[in-house]
Amino acid sequence: MKKTIAYKLNILAFLLPALILFVGILIAPIVMSVIYSFHDFKSVSASADMTYVGFGNYIELFSRMLVNDKGALFTNVNYMGDALVNALILGALSVFIQLPLALLIALKLSKGIRGERAYLSIFFMPVLISTVIIGQLWMNIYEPDGLLNSALGALGVKDQLFSWISSHIHSTKMPFRGAWTGYKETALIAAFIPILWQYVGYHMLLMYAGIKGVPADLLEAAQLDGCTEGQVNRHIVIPYIKPILKVCVIFAVTGSLKSFDLIYTLMKDTRRAELPSTLMYKLTFLNNRYGLGSAIAVVLIILCFAFALLISLAFRDKGEKVA
Amino acid sequence: MKNQSKLKASTVFVHLMLLVLVVVNLFPLYWMITFSLKDNDEIFGGYLKDNAGAIIYSESGEKIPVARNMIGLPRTWRWSNYTRAMNTGNMGRYFLNSLIVSVFAILLTLLAAFMATYALTRLAWKGRKLMNKFFMLGLTIPIHAALVPVFLILSRMKLLDTYIALIIPYAAFSLSMGILISIGFMGDIPYDLDEAAFLDGCGVWGIFFRVIFPLMMPATATVGIYTFLQCWNELLFATVFVSKGRFMTLPVGVKQLVGQHTTDWGPVGAALAIATIPTMIVYALLSRRIQEGFIAGAVKG
Repeated sequence: MKKTIAYKLNILAFLLPALILFVGILIAPIVMSVIYSFHDFKSVSASADMTYVGFGNYIELFSRMLVNDKGALFTNVNYMGDALVNALILGALSVFIQLPLALLIALKLSKGIRGERAYLSIFFMPVLISTVIIGQLWMNIYEPDGLLNSALGALGVKDQLFSWISSHIHSTKMPFRGAWTGYKETALIAAFIPILWQYVGYHMLLMYAGIKGVPADLLEAAQLDGCTEGQVNRHIVIPYIKPILKVCVIFAVTGSLKSFDLIYTLMKDTRRAELPSTLMYKLTFLNNRYGLGSAIAVVLIILCFAFALLISLAFRDKGEKVA
Repeated sequence: MKNQSKLKASTVFVHLMLLVLVVVNLFPLYWMITFSLKDNDEIFGGYLKDNAGAIIYSESGEKIPVARNMIGLPRTWRWSNYTRAMNTGNMGRYFLNSLIVSVFAILLTLLAAFMATYALTRLAWKGRKLMNKFFMLGLTIPIHAALVPVFLILSRMKLLDTYIALIIPYAAFSLSMGILISIGFMGDIPYDLDEAAFLDGCGVWGIFFRVIFPLMMPATATVGIYTFLQCWNELLFATVFVSKGRFMTLPVGVKQLVGQHTTDWGPVGAALAIATIPTMIVYALLSRRIQEGFIAGAVKG
């Protein structure tokens, strides 16, 4: 038996399909992306016309001098710096609004409330709907004479709200008339609402599962000691599910950095809430700047790993203090 | 006694808040279904028309305004929106494409993940742990990393606009999670079975295909569901690698329906409903399994 399970050729054969897929589609392309990001090329046909430009793509990316494949300066894109700021704002909104809300619901649900399973299943459901569909649905809700503005009108707050928003819009002189995705100042919030709606159930499910894993005797002991529900949550439940909270924070932040589907489908013109991914798509596939697009990919890879690491470190320190 | 009634009041409050959330969760879906059966005039307001779409005039020769009916049930149930979504919107075709791509991606993921997991957990060699860590890198790698290089490779191999252009990348990006989930399940299979099969004359391949594979059915469900949801809803690869109607998947097809000019929202709503309802049916049948799949992935990751 020992001989058979240590036979090298068998081991290789079992690993081969996974290795081919993994190295061919994930690892090799990372290396290629890094190489491409130091080159300028505008045609997919052959690699012969690639010219080495050093850090030129990265400098161009952060310098507000982006050009298309004809060499013309863009007037209709935002720049990488803005896109990263937007992504980080989305990430912060997720961490500080979505996650606390999810935790609150999870804490309430896991206390054995009647209809627990039904609530759980309903709250989780939007996670399974395609983000494209959610984008289209909200595009319709945000139509200038669509559901949201009609509801605001019915509540009698529409005119007041619109003029208040108009007074805070500085990116254009156009007064706000209800085009939520048409202004820099409102587009990002308009994009966050569907994200919140879709993913709050996801984080809630993970936290709920974590809370259910808290040993019952720990909770009973605390109750016998006369702890209130709030105290139990603060001193036992939340420290116990810290590993899950860490995963949620990592997902929320890296998910925002990578986010593409919602903005791309929610808005006919993504530049009011440009994200790294939408910028990458535009530059690479609509304007054939493959090197520039690869540079964005490399920045995203580095940021995703860096944030995952940073968040893990932040959680580990506090975890050790508690233990 | 007083304490008890206090407790009840707080429970009622919690239920009330949860019910509000239920409405918030379900309303957009209710609204999608109802507007999929209306026309733009009913959704946004307009003038009364006959079935051919011509405006009907009153006896005094004036247009008759239609009251908007945004959140109510449709006045006439326009099932024709659904036939239009299927025929002119091509939703049937996209649906089939998504199904083909998802099924083959799932099969490929399962085979590669189970085989790799077997090598990582049951075969004896140095570097197993390192190799496992290597595969787990995939959980953090964004798909953007592959976008440009894989596009160039596919384009040079003339494989753009084929099913393969999506099946292989989807399987590759589901692989890490597939292995992660499989390791948990395969660890639960007792090693005595391997020994017994070996004594019966099975080699590693026999053990894998006759003993391990059949016992991995629960993992098949979890990995399969996870991979399915990854593929079924994916947009970025699908937009870039498959731009022709014949091979387009549902997300790309749905995205295309909203035109550059005025959108006819009724058929769009019907298309959204057609794309959503199957997932909802699967969820209704397998909700617990699906939730477990998501939890397993996140907790171990």
